[in-house]
Amino acid sequence: MMERVIETRKVTKHYLMGDLCVKALRGVDLTVNRGEFVAIMGASGSGKSTLLNVIGCLDRPTSGQYLLDGVDTSGFSRDQYAEVRNQRIGFVFQTFNLLPRTTALDNVELPLFYDRTGKFNDPRAAAVESLERVGLGDRMHHDPSELSGGQRQRVAMARALVNNPSIILADEPTGNLDSRTSVDVLSVFQELNEQGITVLLVTHETDIAQYAKRIVVMRDGLIVSDRQVWDRRSAAQDLEAMPSHDEMVELVAEGE
Amino acid sequence: MLWPKRLLRVALKGLIKNRMRSLLTTLGVIIGVASVIVMVGIGAGAQADIETQISSLGTNMLMAFPGASRHGGVSRGAGSYNKMTLDDAEAIRERAEYISAVSGVVRSGAQVIGGTGDWSTGVMGVSPEYLEIRAWGLEEGKFFDERDIRSRAKVAVVGATIVDELFPNEDPIGQKIRINKTPFRIVGVLEEKGASGFGRDEDDTILVPVTTGLYRLSGGKYINMIFVSARSLEDSEAAEEELREILRQEHRLNPGEEDDFRIHSQAEFIEMATETQEVMTLLLGAVAAVSLIVGGIGIMNIMLVSVTERTREIGIRLAVGARSSDILVQFLTESVVLSLLGGTIGVLLAYILTTVLNDAVGMTTIIQPGVVAIAFGFAAAIGVFFGYYPARKAAMLNPIDALRYE
Repeated sequence: MMERVIETRKVTKHYLMGDLCVKALRGVDLTVNRGEFVAIMGASGSGKSTLLNVIGCLDRPTSGQYLLDGVDTSGFSRDQYAEVRNQRIGFVFQTFNLLPRTTALDNVELPLFYDRTGKFNDPRAAAVESLERVGLGDRMHHDPSELSGGQRQRVAMARALVNNPSIILADEPTGNLDSRTSVDVLSVFQELNEQGITVLLVTHETDIAQYAKRIVVMRDGLIVSDRQVWDRRSAAQDLEAMPSHDEMVELVAEGE
Repeated sequence: MLWPKRLLRVALKGLIKNRMRSLLTTLGVIIGVASVIVMVGIGAGAQADIETQISSLGTNMLMAFPGASRHGGVSRGAGSYNKMTLDDAEAIRERAEYISAVSGVVRSGAQVIGGTGDWSTGVMGVSPEYLEIRAWGLEEGKFFDERDIRSRAKVAVVGATIVDELFPNEDPIGQKIRINKTPFRIVGVLEEKGASGFGRDEDDTILVPVTTGLYRLSGGKYINMIFVSARSLEDSEAAEEELREILRQEHRLNPGEEDDFRIHSQAEFIEMATETQEVMTLLLGAVAAVSLIVGGIGIMNIMLVSVTERTREIGIRLAVGARSSDILVQFLTESVVLSLLGGTIGVLLAYILTTVLNDAVGMTTIIQPGVVAIAFGFAAAIGVFFGYYPARKAAMLNPIDALRYE
């Protein structure tokens, strides 16, 4: 029995840009089951980021229904939306969106600050654990400005993970990273997915999408293709096979 | 609601992280508050100065002059019909309730010989209470008393100018002088008073017992004026009324008949000076208000810009699950902390500035608690409002719009 985590029914989203009404989503039906790893692809302006924002409760649809874990969210209040973002969803952005002049550890701890369930007795320890999970245990007291792009994205992922969400949403997480770091970041997503977390990833790079289990393609605010990936790649293996050796590896890891 | 302690910590962290912005905001509050307090303090100080100067003329003094009496509708002009006697003064002393001291005054010009030469000056016959009325003191020696009045003693108390002119190198006490050929003994020297408000040298004078002045120097029956002292400044009007009543009774004036004397009061002078001062205080207050508003605009700008610049931060916080109310409380806390800090420093700065002005520059500035409260409150209110309002706007955005904000 497949458990539907995400279900959108005829979701539309219209923006007013001056006098022009932009129809970013024009009735999207998408169902995602628990444990899936979905890559949403499409050209810019296809509505893929908008869809992700709606799924992530960062934005409200203009019409249609969005069911999260089988519950219709249309009637949710602002505070309920905030709670969904805080408890159930981890979001990773292309531009990292870390607080400047704030250490990696404090950035990761941020969602716990707004946790009202009181399930974290020691938020600091949870943040440390989350950073170690993405392999950044040694840089937790650095400011974002002192970290490389890949490291910043790992901090953002640690922040997305800290609340133990069931869904991770990533909007072009590799958009600002070089190819090796991208694969590196993808390996973390794959690992999380192995652990049972549902992952939705927006990208316009075909080779990045190859790491997902399912690829959804959008155009002009509609889903035009939805297929499983049969020749799925393993980011961890690719990383090992990457041509860059010791020196290059060090350069990439340290500098970037 | 999140733990207040954690919120306060986050707010303080935010302030420390943005030191420059925090500093600029507080600076706006500091200058706004300090300038208003000092400005109004200067105004209040000037007012106090003027009041002191006026009361140095004599505390609560009233003066009665024989005045323009009218006979058959013809005014004969001030002092033309001299009808004021020592009995009038005596009657006031006995009957008045609101008057604490009375002195009849006889004035005459006189040629004084003694010491190193001669000098032309004014001689005033007064009673022992005169010094109290004029708020004047003795430099040395003693003043004449009731016995001297009764005996029409030929004793004199001289002003500093007389000492300078006639006895520059010796102790004037006990020295003999001749006033219009009558020999007098100097028993006291008056404190130096300087020029009066009307530019006359107050120290160029000789005081003698009023009876001596009246019977030995003027040789008349009438005195020139009566000086009295009201019990307090508040009693001045009652004292003036009383003085008028008693003089009218003494002069047997019928109801409806014009006064045959004029009364001038210190209160009149104070009133005049106060009016002038009020205009000045108003002016300073206006300048202060402008500076407070300018300071307020400064606070407003920095708060608006800084909160707008942090729209992204607000977006990030919303994205990870902050409620709008969390954001608002955080910004409100930051604003309140900044405003209170700035206000407190501003008040301290005002105290320091006024101390410097008072001690080093020699101005009189008086800090008024009401103004401190208003300035502090206004600056704080502006800081809080303009910190809160833009944050509210940002907190009400969709998280994604706040994140995208450029």
